[in-house]
Amino acid sequence: MFAAIEQGLPLVAQPYLAIAEQIDASEEQVTSTINHWQKQGVIRRFGLVIRHRKLGYVANAMVVWNVDDECVEDVAAILAKQKVVTLCYRRPRVLPEWNYNLFCMIHGKDRAQVIKQLDDMCQHGDLAGIEKKILFSNKAYKQRGGKYSQASASGN
Amino acid sequence: MNDCNVTLSKLSQKIINAYQKGFPLSHRPFLELANRFNSTEDEVLECFQELQELQVLSRLGPVFNHQQAGASTLAALAVPEDQIDEIAKLVNQFTQVNHNYAREHSYNLWFVATAANEDALKQCLTHIHRETGFKPLILPMEQAYHIDLGFNIEFTESTGAR
Repeated sequence: MFAAIEQGLPLVAQPYLAIAEQIDASEEQVTSTINHWQKQGVIRRFGLVIRHRKLGYVANAMVVWNVDDECVEDVAAILAKQKVVTLCYRRPRVLPEWNYNLFCMIHGKDRAQVIKQLDDMCQHGDLAGIEKKILFSNKAYKQRGGKYSQASASGN
Repeated sequence: MNDCNVTLSKLSQKIINAYQKGFPLSHRPFLELANRFNSTEDEVLECFQELQELQVLSRLGPVFNHQQAGASTLAALAVPEDQIDEIAKLVNQFTQVNHNYAREHSYNLWFVATAANEDALKQCLTHIHRETGFKPLILPMEQAYHIDLGFNIEFTESTGAR
């Protein structure tokens, strides 16, 4: 089931039936399993996964922050509330190579827009004093969903 | 992967902004979209096929929660600029790697690797180290504060109606 849906639905009128036939299950089993996984949070969202670059969102910045460990929850809460932030994660520092523990992503149509959004954010959110770095991406070599199942991993 | 702007129909634009989450789990889901947008099932299916051909649509389906679905991590390599395309190609060959970007930093190649479990993930990163000759900076997620639920696309003239 996992392997059958992780690559995406076939673009036919009855996609769940097509998947059911592939894995020898009923259509109802397929849809109820997806529904169940959504409720459990195993599936974060179910719908169109878009390549933003193709739609002109070519400026993709990962902003990394060096936040005092005691403050990280508070700063994360501020970042997560910003409209332009699509992701916000805490990750470990790896010293001495890497001194940043909080990550967020900002997507925009160009560099200037992203930088302005970040500047605006820093003024509003009490974030101005925190050491940060913007890592713009200048090339996407690969962009697709994760593959967990053995079947699809070996089939690629 | 070339970056290029494409021109989308109004129907495609509406579909993109309405169904990055909550795609219907019904017997005829595309018909359901057609009814909502005052269109036909065939027209909606054509939109999806076109979005796929234009490579705007990566897929129609699930975005799994990495932490619950298996093991995953963000990792980065510090590669000399003149070798980055070559090393990116090596990293891309691993089926466990699903995102791979060049970024402006001394750690300039950033990728996400996912595997069925922690052991398989660790093994994959060891292989990448051996294959590329560069030691990955390994930065697994410790806590998610805000997660990708898809975002609203502002369509302008260049990506706008035709």
